[in-house]
Amino acid sequence: MSQIKSLADLKKKREEIKTGLDLRVKAIDPENHVQVKVAMATCGIASGAKPIMEFFVEQLDRRNIPGIVTQTGCMGYCFAEPTVEIKLPGKDPVVFGYVDLKRADLIIEKYIKEGELIDGIIPVNYETIDSKE
Amino acid sequence: MLTLALNILDIVQNSIRAKASEISVDIIESKKTDLLEIGVGDNGKGMPEELLSKVTDPFVTTRTTRKIGMGLPLFKYQANLAGGDLSIESGEGKGTRVKVTFILGHVDRQPLGDIAGVMTILMSANPEISFLYSHKTDNGDYRFSSVETKEYLGIKNFNDSHLLMDIKEMINENLKDIGVSDLN
Repeated sequence: MSQIKSLADLKKKREEIKTGLDLRVKAIDPENHVQVKVAMATCGIASGAKPIMEFFVEQLDRRNIPGIVTQTGCMGYCFAEPTVEIKLPGKDPVVFGYVDLKRADLIIEKYIKEGELIDGIIPVNYETIDSKE
Repeated sequence: MLTLALNILDIVQNSIRAKASEISVDIIESKKTDLLEIGVGDNGKGMPEELLSKVTDPFVTTRTTRKIGMGLPLFKYQANLAGGDLSIESGEGKGTRVKVTFILGHVDRQPLGDIAGVMTILMSANPEISFLYSHKTDNGDYRFSSVETKEYLGIKNFNDSHLLMDIKEMINENLKDIGVSDLN
């Protein structure tokens, strides 16, 4: 099928893919998934957050990494946009700044896959003295 | 912001922050009247009159992380550049509707851009919100509803990248059919 023009085409294509290989049932359990949050306020969008988000959605799927990609608002790091917050299961979130497609690729390969930190991390502390006791 | 689609993506964030459960994006363009009209409506919490009167001032924002809010002012600026304007209707508990107009053929009007990509991003990132997108031209109209699509496909959310790409393609094909040209 060459073109998808209606919901019926969409369903048909989906069923074709399903019968082929796709048996992954993505139960949404955020705790066991990589969570990617792309900052998408005015500053982020103007700096190119949209293609970054599309990249993460596409590449996590293509590289078989169970993950959830969502958007978030401005975190106050407008100077470093686009920024992306990554939370690996069982770890504290890490915020990466100045993310372009090349760095997004690096983030997936180095940090998400290997847990290795790369340059350009914005030091963010989510814990307050109170929550530490 | 280089395209109108990115401006739409930006001001829809306001609707999301206003806890809307339904968000609609309506675009009407007509070569006959040389007008382009973009409407973004939501059923969120709306805003009081006092805020409404000054919301296009860049130094007004409801957020606390910083003191400047550029979303609406930038969109208004783009409209003004192209012979149009931005207006907002809102009331507490009544939701908000933003209407932006442009002269379609104005040299300074931004291209529409990747509106299909923007809609798919919004749907995938906000599965709990129902999105309705409609686009009307002289040649016909196209309507896309995230709820209808989910029901038809029997899915709960759009977290499959292949599906998202297919939806994007579907929207783009339909837009091309009704003569929308500036999609890049």
